[in-house]
Amino acid sequence: MQFTLKVWRQADREATGDFVTYPVDDISADTSFLELLDILNERLLARGDEPIAFDHDCREGICGTCGCMVNGFAHSHERETTLCQLHMRSFTDGETIIIEPWRSRAFPVLKDLIVDRSAFDRIIQSGGFIAICAGSAPDANATPIPKEAADRAMDAAACIGCGACVAACPNAAAMLFTSAKIAQLASLPQGHPERIERVKKMVSTMELSGFGSCTNHGECEAACPKGISVNFIAKLNRELIRAALWG
Amino acid sequence: MTWPVLGFFNTSTGKKVGMGVTGFVVVGFVIAHMAGNLQVFMGPEKLNQYAAFLVSLGGLLWVLRGIILLAAVLHVIFATQVTLQSWRARPSSYAVYRYQASSYAARTMRLGGPMLALFIIYHLLHLTFGVVQPAGEAFDPHHVYNNVVYGFQVWWLSALYIVAMGLLALHIWHGVSSMLQSVGLNHPKWNPWRFGLSALVAGAVALGNISMPLAVLAGLIQPA
Repeated sequence: MQFTLKVWRQADREATGDFVTYPVDDISADTSFLELLDILNERLLARGDEPIAFDHDCREGICGTCGCMVNGFAHSHERETTLCQLHMRSFTDGETIIIEPWRSRAFPVLKDLIVDRSAFDRIIQSGGFIAICAGSAPDANATPIPKEAADRAMDAAACIGCGACVAACPNAAAMLFTSAKIAQLASLPQGHPERIERVKKMVSTMELSGFGSCTNHGECEAACPKGISVNFIAKLNRELIRAALWG
Repeated sequence: MTWPVLGFFNTSTGKKVGMGVTGFVVVGFVIAHMAGNLQVFMGPEKLNQYAAFLVSLGGLLWVLRGIILLAAVLHVIFATQVTLQSWRARPSSYAVYRYQASSYAARTMRLGGPMLALFIIYHLLHLTFGVVQPAGEAFDPHHVYNNVVYGFQVWWLSALYIVAMGLLALHIWHGVSSMLQSVGLNHPKWNPWRFGLSALVAGAVALGNISMPLAVLAGLIQPA
């Protein structure tokens, strides 16, 4: 297969970037999207050009490191697919593909397709944990947890923190990410002691990081490679109302 | 002493809850207003009596008007704040961006909202204060029926009202489901009902309100 790639190139955080067009040919349909970038980078290196910088790690769709906008979709037009799990058979031969980084004030571009997502780390640091008594491991089933609650927490915990929700949100809001982390802990008894402080601190950090405000469009849910539901955003809203009233 | 809860409205989530609650008040008014106005189909005496009854409420009427005005003003303030926050959140826009999930109604909230605000100002000048009378007939504060009918006999004014009610229905369509989500009234079991309720309220408001100018234009309702 052959493609015309229009890739966002930006030397560093302060530089003004622009799109550069790269024709690539002789690509197998079973090439993954990141492998396509690898192949292009090898060819760029061979002719002495600067390779395209992009984030990647596990390439199994579970680490949340990769991701960029592909033809206007966060990660991919395919549902629940990270960029590394996207394959060139999903595109048509000869297609022009526009590749740009996540765009959000809270995610500044560091280089080419790499953005700084440490705002997510700061949100987690401010409350995405539970205080436990360190010591010997508790007995299994010492704390009874209803199956439904465990399932709900697991659904929320599926979030890999890739940032696609922010990228796809028309408001660049981080509500889906933050709500998944809050809902995961609020669904389980272990998360209850810090329940009120957690939602206040995590939302406050989210606001200070420069994210936008949710308008319930649902673009985040559609873009999420793990299918995190906007129902968790309503859960966050309930938690914050509870904290405002009684906290 | 610090004010409890007030800090909540410094967060975007708090502002969204505020928009939901104020939106609920305004939607409640819109439905009551429409129900009252539909009495135009029951003849001039009925509608004029209803108007006289509202005026006879005196102080209570002004309390109700105050609540609705306060809700509308707060709604606009919260909406402006969260919109500015969101615009700041993405300083450089995408070269290509594709919607996957959001409805047309959701995407036009920020356009429809200010347009509705302008319409409401015009509507108040036309039928509450009587300052603007495109029909050329004198405004009679005791003859609501004729004020409405003379107004809607002007085709472009009816068209303006019909378009405005279309915009209102769109705003309510996303607004009702969105307000329930914002205040946390969301449950997988009830979500189909949440979207159904939005469509029902939006549809009822559009049909009910548009039926009045259409009936006047069709000659079904004549001046008394």
